[in-house]
Amino acid sequence: MEKINKVLVLGSGALKIGEAGEFDYSGSQALKALREEGIKTVLINPNIATVQTSEGIADQIYFLPVTPYFVERIIEKEKPEGILLAFGGQTALNCGIALHESGVLEKHQVKVLGTPVTAIMETEDRERFAALLGTIGVKTPKSVAVTSEEQALKAAEEIGFPLIIRAAFTLGGQGSGFCNNMDELQKQAEKAFSYADQILIEESLKGWKEIEYEVVRDRYDNCITVCNMENFDPLGIHTGESIVVAPSQTLTNSEYHKLRKISIQIVKRVGIIGECNVQYALDPESEDYRVIEVNARLSRSSALASKATGYPLAFVAAKLALGFGLHELKNSVTKTTTAFFEPALDYMVCKIPRWDLNKFHGVSKEIGSSMKSVGEIMAIGRSFEECIQKGLRMAGLGMHGFVANRELPEETIKKALNQPTDTRIFSIAAAFAEGWSVEQIHLNTKIDRWFLEKLYNIHQLSEKIAGFNAIESLPNDLLLEAKKCGFSDFQLARLVYSEAAPTDIEQLLLTVRKHRKSRGIVPVIKQIDTLAAEFPADTNYLYLTYHGDEHDILPEKDGRSVVVLGSGAYRIGSSVEFDWSGVNALQSIEKAGYRSVMINYNPETVSTDYDSCNRLYFEELSLERTLDIAELELPLGVIVSTGGQIPNNLAMRLHRQQVPILGTSPESIDKAENRYKFSELLDSIGVDQPAWKELSSMEDIELFTKEVGFPVLVRPSYVLSGAAMNVVSNASELRHFLEMATKISKQYPVVVSKFLTDAKEIEMDAVADKGEIILYAISEHIEFAGVHSGDATMMFPPQKVYVETIRRIKKISRKIAEALQISGPFNIQFLARDNDIKVIECNLRASRSLPFVSKVLKTNFIDYATRIMLGEKVEKPLKSLFELDYIGVKAPQFSFSRLSKADPVLGVDMASTGEVGCIGDDYYEAILKSMLAVGYRIPKKNILISSGPMRSKTELLASALWLTENGFDLFATQGTHQFLAENNIPSKVVYWPDVPKSPNAYELIRSRQIDLVINIPKNLSQEELDNDYTIRRAAVDFNVPLITNARLASAFIYAIARYRLEDLRIKSWSEYV
Amino acid sequence: MPTNPYPDARLVLSDGAVFHGKSFGFQGSISGELVFNTAMTGYPESLTDPSYRGQILVLTYPSIGNYGVPKPTIEDNMLRFFESDHIHVSALIISDYSEKHSHWNSSQSLGDWLKAEKVPALFGIDTRMLTRHIREKGSMPAKILIDSNDIPFDDPNNRNLVAEVSAQQKTIYGKGKHRIMLVDCGVKSNIIRCLLEYDTTVIRIPWDYDYSREDFDGLFISNGPGNPEHCIATIAHLKQSIAGDKPVFGICLGHQLLALASGASTYKLKFGHRSHNQPVLQDGTNKAYLTSQNHGYAVDIASIQSDWKSWFTNLNDNSNEGIIHKKKPIFSTQFHPEASSGPTDTAFLFSHFINAIEQWKK
Repeated sequence: MEKINKVLVLGSGALKIGEAGEFDYSGSQALKALREEGIKTVLINPNIATVQTSEGIADQIYFLPVTPYFVERIIEKEKPEGILLAFGGQTALNCGIALHESGVLEKHQVKVLGTPVTAIMETEDRERFAALLGTIGVKTPKSVAVTSEEQALKAAEEIGFPLIIRAAFTLGGQGSGFCNNMDELQKQAEKAFSYADQILIEESLKGWKEIEYEVVRDRYDNCITVCNMENFDPLGIHTGESIVVAPSQTLTNSEYHKLRKISIQIVKRVGIIGECNVQYALDPESEDYRVIEVNARLSRSSALASKATGYPLAFVAAKLALGFGLHELKNSVTKTTTAFFEPALDYMVCKIPRWDLNKFHGVSKEIGSSMKSVGEIMAIGRSFEECIQKGLRMAGLGMHGFVANRELPEETIKKALNQPTDTRIFSIAAAFAEGWSVEQIHLNTKIDRWFLEKLYNIHQLSEKIAGFNAIESLPNDLLLEAKKCGFSDFQLARLVYSEAAPTDIEQLLLTVRKHRKSRGIVPVIKQIDTLAAEFPADTNYLYLTYHGDEHDILPEKDGRSVVVLGSGAYRIGSSVEFDWSGVNALQSIEKAGYRSVMINYNPETVSTDYDSCNRLYFEELSLERTLDIAELELPLGVIVSTGGQIPNNLAMRLHRQQVPILGTSPESIDKAENRYKFSELLDSIGVDQPAWKELSSMEDIELFTKEVGFPVLVRPSYVLSGAAMNVVSNASELRHFLEMATKISKQYPVVVSKFLTDAKEIEMDAVADKGEIILYAISEHIEFAGVHSGDATMMFPPQKVYVETIRRIKKISRKIAEALQISGPFNIQFLARDNDIKVIECNLRASRSLPFVSKVLKTNFIDYATRIMLGEKVEKPLKSLFELDYIGVKAPQFSFSRLSKADPVLGVDMASTGEVGCIGDDYYEAILKSMLAVGYRIPKKNILISSGPMRSKTELLASALWLTENGFDLFATQGTHQFLAENNIPSKVVYWPDVPKSPNAYELIRSRQIDLVINIPKNLSQEELDNDYTIRRAAVDFNVPLITNARLASAFIYAIARYRLEDLRIKSWSEYV
Repeated sequence: MPTNPYPDARLVLSDGAVFHGKSFGFQGSISGELVFNTAMTGYPESLTDPSYRGQILVLTYPSIGNYGVPKPTIEDNMLRFFESDHIHVSALIISDYSEKHSHWNSSQSLGDWLKAEKVPALFGIDTRMLTRHIREKGSMPAKILIDSNDIPFDDPNNRNLVAEVSAQQKTIYGKGKHRIMLVDCGVKSNIIRCLLEYDTTVIRIPWDYDYSREDFDGLFISNGPGNPEHCIATIAHLKQSIAGDKPVFGICLGHQLLALASGASTYKLKFGHRSHNQPVLQDGTNKAYLTSQNHGYAVDIASIQSDWKSWFTNLNDNSNEGIIHKKKPIFSTQFHPEASSGPTDTAFLFSHFINAIEQWKK
């Protein structure tokens, strides 16, 4: 092994659909592996909320875009000897390939560690790769490109039916279709040729099983497959959109090892050094197969496989990249046996995607070959029934398992089964309830009968249980069987007490719990040890199951354990920032001399790495499961304030069951969460807030909105949970929201308040000790109020806020902290117009912006908060936010390109899937870096503007002038053109997309003549949105940067006015702080 | 996870431990040696593996029966999807049973097959707890009791199990040019299939058959159940063979018998190696292989004679995984290159054997 001293690691940037938290986990593991070998590490990742960009993980961290330009500058500066490309998803891989092809790596003598770039490139090119596999006799789907109907018919004869036809180079599968015979082929081909000149004739593998293997190879050619996985949904649904189980359930030994052997053949042929994922289609009627995809890097599946098996794939892959052999490394779980082995599972896991499709306008709910889900969960159990029911609860969509759920919207079952949507599995439950057989459902879904039989089992059991009307009358055997099949106490309560009001269920599930415990029906703790108990393993990776009689470990119950509740599935509005908070809380707990215990179930996270804590329960964050664990652990207390909203919502419920909650009291949390109580509290301490009223009927609300005018903020009572606050701009939106998102009644009133526009939004992130603020950070949004705080661009420290405003914000925050006796982290959102300050929201927990301000200040807010929650006396830090001579900007990342047809507009609901935070010497440098990091490019020449309402037009005037004076050409829609002309700014008028005249806005974008689209909607009414939709969507579909907010647009233009790309300073975090 | 009609039954261990489960196989009490296997696939192969003779098998993978039982397709005079003609385990212990099975090649449920073959089986057992128990206390006699009538414990290792499972007469497979004498100590069908993939004639003979006057090119000693020391006749014949220079290849029990014939000794492992994920390293190289194993006895490395050397070593516990003669084409492995069930990484050893025969013929 040649000695390498310094290695550059590329991160994956902001979280986006298809590239999420799994790469924080992979990268963190890789960095740990490198550090262990004494290698200096340099990390490039603008994702400031990640664990990998925390202190002590890498030696140097650059919060800069992962693009060839910036990486090259950093290579010049840091002079690393090696680079890792496999740990930052497709972003890092593409960047690495570009650097290789342009000769940058060679020029600077940077060696790609692990799989050679040429090998990676071979796997990325579908045709070349299929040819390569052909040389070793491995099958790939037959596919022929044709340019005439005649050729199409000939190709069909060769391949055989059924077939799929795809039109080349089209978006969203236009012109694609299945055909079973020559007639259908002729019709389909004709249709497809109307979209494109070239079409692909491919064999159809519809209904085949989808199987994946995670393969590892070292430089000695030693190979293992760490895990295989089987998709519950047959081929046709992206594996990221599928329910997936590990290990495979319906494969015989012969099938399992046939595919395993082929995986190894492929990996050896490609020359992987490290990790590789191989995906197959397997015929359900024979052992025939096709290789459908290979990923020569760490992937979402590899993160899942690591969590599913306990085998740290990324860690091992990094070691192999350095030249180690698998047999020279130890199994990280047993610490005595070798890393050259394949884990034997004595449990199974089930992964379920988490979608947030209802957050977007215009997106179809159907799932298919492209990814739309924003997160995922993993459930562990010892039967499929147990896993799937746990998992469906974990997905956090308000479902309680496979059965005993609220009714789904009406739809014919046949359609729901045939056209999979995000709720298909619940349509299976509905089908059973209507008397469908396993066979009928199989014919409609092609889901393997084995899975359906298990689901049918759950259904049958639920009917049996529903036949009883008191939990005490349920036979013990049946109760135990129900628990083994994953039924929650809630489900049992709902089935047995079917007449009970929803409000009584909370009490009834506790009745079920009490009864169950009196019968000795309780779960046991089992370890994940990689070898199915064959070797003793002192592992802390745990789950709970009812399939067992004995605990593998017995917690000490000495009051020295502290439980931290994690944040569950990543979703829009709750993501890696809470993983960072949780992981940091665990670290502070350990430093303080306590045992750290984590409960979480998100396989994409660092907090679910068993290395992150003293004990990891890969478990549900439900009241039932948290109580189970609290009773087994008897902890010093539970921390609910670092995991976002899920633990926050549990605080009061756990408190009522005498579980000690650390930090701010659950009563205070309740006061802040309950809109009515909180508004009342503000009034009582003399803190201003927008005009508000608690209302319980539609008529009252309409009366109130007449009085104060739109827009208004509507906040449902939090008892219903799930539904967030919402800004509505007109009566139709108001009605829509009240009908769709919440139910309004005397029992569930809503708080409606006046929503101020043209006001600055300012956030206070702080930590307090018994009501006294210990440290704080105030940040300012670039966009005015109206853009969800999660979608806003944020600067810290604030740049354009009056000193008096800051003074007042501090004063109000102190009052609130005092009134709620806060001990721990909290966040308050303010509106400021002139020096008029109003409080709009307060959360007594870590916020989304906490890692950002912590890192910009290099002061770990979570560490302070945790120590306070543990009862330590902490000193106020000396740093003040006014002493910083640099600035941080946090910018949102959107994933609209993945969500076909979604309107990429910002509004009442959060839409961003991730964020970055970059640091600059001044505001403009920071904003430019951060916007480049979320995919914006500095425009070269042509900018298309439609500038919306008058105040946006005015806002953009100065920047438009600068653009034209500096050689940019402006293209403007009618109204904007006129306004610019009136102000003596030249622009070319373009026609709206629906006007068949040129130059046409859509055509300009489509032909890629535009470098930047600025499109500001007048307001959020549907009519206005529809007008501009085509322009915005075209910008997204043709990958042209799009800005929809006037203040952000002018900030961006001011920034490019001051900085050229090469002027941006290449400074690491430690050079700023 | 079905309820009825699965009667309650008990598993009683010789150290007094009792586990309660539900019976889904044959309704009869039985005793045997309790062992566990951590493989996640391949229950039809394991159940029909003669090496499990006399043993009550615990599968640690929790969901069993998923793909049913394969069809009884005959190929080369053997059942294509099984390792012998019938089930050899004394009984089966699992956690969760899938009576509803799903596979294109399935002909019946696991429970129905066990009933037809008169093999008792329990589900609903905490198999992880049971495995930890065996790991700590070692393999031990145990019994399944389906009713209040007790039966005595039985330690099958006291018997010559090989004699129970070995072929009764000579059988010939294939018509190839290399004649391989296969000593059947309880051979798995896949070994015969692997040999037949080459240009071979396989002559399958009983364990105690004296082949010294037969015409053959290579000798193969198969896997099999129990303590190798019971196979006195096999060892005696082997001693004669290895005095010559014809290629010899042994697998599992065959490996132990070859070692005994060479003068080395064997010992009983605490709970054996029964899994698909046993890592072995070829001595003196960086070549590591994942192997399928099923054995309770092992060759003592320290006892390997000077003409011989260790060939493979277990990476987990450093136990011996193979020996090879320093000069002659005589070698054996503790693991199963024929896999079935398990990983096929070491199948190249069959070609190694055939090459040795070809070399020897020259």
